[in-house]
Amino acid sequence: MAQVQLSGIAKTFGKVTALDAMDLTIDDGELVCLLGPSGSGKSTLLRIIGGFEMPSEGTIAIDGVDVTDLPPERRPTAMVFQSHALWSHMTVFGNIAFGLKLRHLPKAEIRERVEKVLDLVGLTGYGARLPSQLSGGQQQRVALARSLVVEPKILLLDEPFASLDQHLRERLREEVRDIQQRLGITAVFVTHGQDEALAISDRIVVLADGRMQQVGRPGEIYAEPKTAFVAGFIGAMNMLEGTLADGEITASGLKLPAEGSGPAKLAIRPEDIELAEPAEGRTVTVRRMIDFGAHVVIDGKLADGTHLRIQTDKAIRVSQGDQIGIRVESWTVFTEGDEPRRYRSDTVRSFRGARYA
Amino acid sequence: MTDIARLPPAGALSDLRTRVRRREPVDWTGIAFLTGLAIVILLPLIVTAVWAFAEVWRFPAIVPQRMGLGYWQETLTRNDVWQALWLSLSITTTVTVISAAICFPAAYAFARLDFPGRNVLFLAFLSVQAFPKFGLIVATATIFLTLHLVGTFWGVVLIQLVGTLLYMIWIPVSAFQGVDRRLEEAARDVGAGPMRVFWSITLPQALPTLAAALLITFVSTFYETDAAWLIGLPNVRTMPMVMISFINNALEVQYGAVLFVFLWVPSFVLMLAARRVMGADAFAKGLGG
Repeated sequence: MAQVQLSGIAKTFGKVTALDAMDLTIDDGELVCLLGPSGSGKSTLLRIIGGFEMPSEGTIAIDGVDVTDLPPERRPTAMVFQSHALWSHMTVFGNIAFGLKLRHLPKAEIRERVEKVLDLVGLTGYGARLPSQLSGGQQQRVALARSLVVEPKILLLDEPFASLDQHLRERLREEVRDIQQRLGITAVFVTHGQDEALAISDRIVVLADGRMQQVGRPGEIYAEPKTAFVAGFIGAMNMLEGTLADGEITASGLKLPAEGSGPAKLAIRPEDIELAEPAEGRTVTVRRMIDFGAHVVIDGKLADGTHLRIQTDKAIRVSQGDQIGIRVESWTVFTEGDEPRRYRSDTVRSFRGARYA
Repeated sequence: MTDIARLPPAGALSDLRTRVRRREPVDWTGIAFLTGLAIVILLPLIVTAVWAFAEVWRFPAIVPQRMGLGYWQETLTRNDVWQALWLSLSITTTVTVISAAICFPAAYAFARLDFPGRNVLFLAFLSVQAFPKFGLIVATATIFLTLHLVGTFWGVVLIQLVGTLLYMIWIPVSAFQGVDRRLEEAARDVGAGPMRVFWSITLPQALPTLAAALLITFVSTFYETDAAWLIGLPNVRTMPMVMISFINNALEVQYGAVLFVFLWVPSFVLMLAARRVMGADAFAKGLGG
């Protein structure tokens, strides 16, 4: 239904820079997640799109119309707040109908539209209840219905499920994704949970310190992080401080082939480490084994005491203090001010076969 | 790998359950507090209430020798009692309405806006209560004398307005501060302008607490004596003034007792109604809880 275009958006609070010159285009019908730790500026960016904060610089256009100076009530956006923000003095019906009453629609139409949207969020027949008589999940559904009923062009969701328990959160995000796709509505979803972002988005925008770190599809961000921050933030990652020299990187006693020189970060996914016979420079001492049922995670210690997380087969059994050998299948090296370099053991083997026989 | 802890047999479990069941402990501290409060608060009320219906009650009798409505008839047939009641009600209503008109917008400003001198002004409003009230009234009375306000309806209204500032600013400020900004933002979001948000969201959300402030103001103004005495008399005789003169001038305590019950019952009913309508939570919140 609508496209959002952010150009050069920046926001400062006093001397603190919350957002720094951001360009982003969100396409029609797309669900984009703004993902980042607290203080990364993700909520500020969402509030700027909704009109609750004025950007210090830059412009926002929705469907090509500049809305930068419009207050929230005149923007075609609707927000679902983390705290539900339901009006406790109104019934569920009153909450949802409020936006329609402001538009002076006939009573019959209001009733019909409220019932339709209650049906959509699975709360048929709950209209006469007060918000306080609903569970947390139901309250959040009402908040969603209240936003959807005014038929916004852009749906904004500010960590809507943060206060719900894990199971409910997973179920509701599936529902939100379903509804969003069924209505074909453009949505911006703020979260600090990477699994949530990976699960529902078309694209993820990773934010840190008010800057966009990377924009991409979920799989792309997981497999090809552009910065060390993204690598560490999305999914589990072993991030080791190392030194590049003589065609290899040395980190905590671990040596792997890599180009370049100087200090660098070595990033290895736990699932990219295979167990092997112990050998010089690739031995790990087991600290703990965690059995997740579907897979096993070994929390190990490298030569200098640095932790190394290894994800391996569910049949593997090791005990504390065991010495195990490892073989790293793929790794990424991040150097300051340079593009990350990715390596795989099978491609490396061709020119450094001796070490990885 | 893992040992599964052996469960005790079913019979043993039910044995455990019966052993665990205990009687509720008796809360002696709570009972002691309750008894103490009952003696301090309820006993004087009961004694005075009994006096209102006692026609003869001489020492050392525990209950009056003769009960009846004689004093009620004598008190309530007096013209000045009814005049005082209507006067008190109209003064109190006027004070409460004017106070709300001045204080609620001010409270909203204090709660929501950031303007230079905000804290100083807020303190100035509240500092009125820091002075000995009687001294303040005497000082005001000398000013009112030159303005010909002493002994007039509006003189009493003005002086009593000052006394309401504390409750009517302090409590509503916390009421407005207590309204979650997200609620207002959510209303803006679905299309409401700032004024509509205030009327439809902020005011209803703050209303229970505002009502508590109104109620306290109404009741405390109704029973106010110092200002009514110094500024109002002799022309403006409010209900408490009539009661005081009854108690001071009559040999029988029953006249005072009758008026006491007469005045206490409506305000007590009002309080109960307010609690019922607004809920104890909101009421406690209004009082700074």
